[in-house]
Amino acid sequence: MAKIEKQARSALEQGEPVWEYADAPESTEIVHLRDRYGLFIGGEFVEPKSGTWFETIDPSNEQPLAQVAEAGPEDVDLAVHAARDAYETHWRDLPGSERAKYLYRIARQIQERAREFAVLETMNGGKPIKESRDVDLPLAAAHFFYYAGWADKLEYAFPNRRPRPIGVAGQIIPWNFPLLMAAWKLAPALAAGNTVVLKPAETTPLTALLLGELIREAELPPGVVNIVTGAGEPGAALVNHDGVDKIAFTGSTEVGKIIRRATAGTGKRLTLELGGKAANIVFEDAPLDQAVEGVVNGIFFNQGHVCCAGSRLLVEEPVFEPLLEKLKERLQTLRLGNPLDKNTDIGAINSRAQLQRIEEFVVAGVQEGAEMYQADCDLPERGFWFRPTLFTNVSQSHRIAREEIFGPVLSILTFRTPAEAVEKANNTPYGLSAGIWTEKGSRILWMAERLEAGVVWANTFNRFDPASPFGGYKESGFGREGGRHGLEPYLELDGGNGASTR
Amino acid sequence: MGSMSTAAEIERSRPGLALYAPKDAARLVGRVTPVDAVGLTERAASLAKRSIKRDSKLWALDLAIRCMDLTTLEGVDTTGKVVAMCAKAVRPNPVDASIPSVAAVCLYPQLVSVALGHLKGTGVKVASVAGGFPSGLAPLGARLAEIREVVDLGVDEVDMVLNRSLFLGGRYAECFEELIAARDAAGQAHLKVILETGELGSYDRIRQASVLAMAAGADFIKTSTGKIAVGAELASGLCMMEGARDFFHETGHRVGVKVAGGVRQSKQAIQYLVLLYETLGPDWMTPDLFRIGASTLLNDVLMQIDKERTGRYQSPDYYTID
Repeated sequence: MAKIEKQARSALEQGEPVWEYADAPESTEIVHLRDRYGLFIGGEFVEPKSGTWFETIDPSNEQPLAQVAEAGPEDVDLAVHAARDAYETHWRDLPGSERAKYLYRIARQIQERAREFAVLETMNGGKPIKESRDVDLPLAAAHFFYYAGWADKLEYAFPNRRPRPIGVAGQIIPWNFPLLMAAWKLAPALAAGNTVVLKPAETTPLTALLLGELIREAELPPGVVNIVTGAGEPGAALVNHDGVDKIAFTGSTEVGKIIRRATAGTGKRLTLELGGKAANIVFEDAPLDQAVEGVVNGIFFNQGHVCCAGSRLLVEEPVFEPLLEKLKERLQTLRLGNPLDKNTDIGAINSRAQLQRIEEFVVAGVQEGAEMYQADCDLPERGFWFRPTLFTNVSQSHRIAREEIFGPVLSILTFRTPAEAVEKANNTPYGLSAGIWTEKGSRILWMAERLEAGVVWANTFNRFDPASPFGGYKESGFGREGGRHGLEPYLELDGGNGASTR
Repeated sequence: MGSMSTAAEIERSRPGLALYAPKDAARLVGRVTPVDAVGLTERAASLAKRSIKRDSKLWALDLAIRCMDLTTLEGVDTTGKVVAMCAKAVRPNPVDASIPSVAAVCLYPQLVSVALGHLKGTGVKVASVAGGFPSGLAPLGARLAEIREVVDLGVDEVDMVLNRSLFLGGRYAECFEELIAARDAAGQAHLKVILETGELGSYDRIRQASVLAMAAGADFIKTSTGKIAVGAELASGLCMMEGARDFFHETGHRVGVKVAGGVRQSKQAIQYLVLLYETLGPDWMTPDLFRIGASTLLNDVLMQIDKERTGRYQSPDYYTID
């Protein structure tokens, strides 16, 4: 105590501020990890027939967290059969109002256990606790609430088109928003009356498995949701399984293309939500200070592990310099470190492999002649970390401007006219999202009409809502998640034969 | 207070610091960067969630006192009230000598001489509201005369109100001329321009008004009079700080920010200090560049300091109510 006062007092005398944010770590006590996690099949956690297990770690310190089952083809087959049984004997014929009750129950239990889920999400994935607490968890619950509301109103969502479920859905989700992506996939599928086999990402299985526990406690009929863990192999087995009626995949464009080839001609329905290289477009008349926040949020949110990240910044030339100065200044105030600390802005990179990929891109950026600027922050010794990074002098032809880096790396380009901004923004194989920063409403509309992107944000970025459809153009995939649109991929619908809808 | 005071002294010794002519006013307002309300309030709210270290908290509470303008602006203010407040300003906690004095007392012109008499040699400055407070709509001559009069009495600081009638009416040149005239009238005294953010209607307006006041040579821009329902708010404070930051980058002049009106709890004071630190940096964390105008905040700060030191809250009866 005396020491603190002395410090404060001497600092006061010297006129130098003692200003440090407290380490404010969330306690991990709320999370009760098991040593190992089996596969969630037919309402129970079971040992894998494959007999193999893999270790899942905390990417911020490389400490092992648990052993997780690696599902083999036989396990996937069991899961698909469990889903089929549940579909035919129970779930398909359950009234929508009854399905809704289960979904509401899951939503409420996610809310009740939000802190536990948030801490685990951060431990397993490396994202800052303030994001898992304030974004992932509330949105995951919101998705279940939202689709619970649709379950008994499908006839109203698609009037005169006789909506009915498809069957068994195989859903493969990525590691950047493990629980939230599970919610995005499960909620509409279940609301529409399908049963599911969910395959979480290899590096981040734990929150999906905890969701499995929650689903079990919510007494969802066994087999309605099955969870198989592992890397590429169970995913491939699921995609190629004859008993699966629909595949929904969120992940890389590369794997998306393989899945599309594999499902072609099989009659399986498919939706893909793939990569992106979004342009965040800042005009001279933009609210600059908020644009800086939006740009920072656009690329550094979740360490840039966001498919819709604003990884290209297009700036109207007159504001390039002031905006760059503001960005650099802001970059220095970002706090990188322990993801469980609630003051942390930038957490850990999700895996060693991803870190290497980011490093490779950054080296390429420098070699191709772009100018790099990084925050000065210290990196922890253990774990996977990367400094927030800006590149200027970037041209459209650079790899860092074309390929999805999926890390905290922003490429900055300039433009002269709105038409040029649109042209540059669209000059990419991707088309998932875009951002426009201007005070001029007519220009927002003009741009939004021309941008080839599934989501266009105006004066904000990375804002999500379960009622708003999300999905891509071009190589960013097809199909929409969220909103009424998000039900459609999970429903068999008659052609528009209802006279009343025409 | 360290090196900052030098810069502030230099600015203060140059009254009539206006960097722009009245004909520039409309252009100045026109080129102020717009403010997006959603983004601004989100940023303010996210900063308000930061938790600071215990020793930083003690330092912050100490700073909150050193930056405080202990204020009474009531029609019923009397000599007795002001004498008591001056004693409290010098020694906020009579039994604890480690608690610093506040920065200044802030009161109505008629009571200035009482405060000046009691605060002489204590280091606590005397600030007077002037210029037709709180509406700012008295005749210009009377407003300027009021400023000159309190300065002649010897106040260190003048808190004047922006003419919102001219500003919101788009009469920027006249508004600016008034500000320059007030700046001249204030002479060597520290000039704080109250924007009355709660009446300006949008953050764009708050930022424009900030720029106008800074360009006219204000030493400080201040949120509120405390006389209307809406006082200082985190988002409007942040908006003004962002304005001050850009003004500094453009002109090299450091302009202070004062939040006033409704700041009653230590927690709020610390939240403003977080905004200040994140937006303007450590250079601004001094009474020369940051003030909190408040009448009841002081006792809460004292109570929190004791709580941080002892781990326990003391009864409010232990804190004097002057």
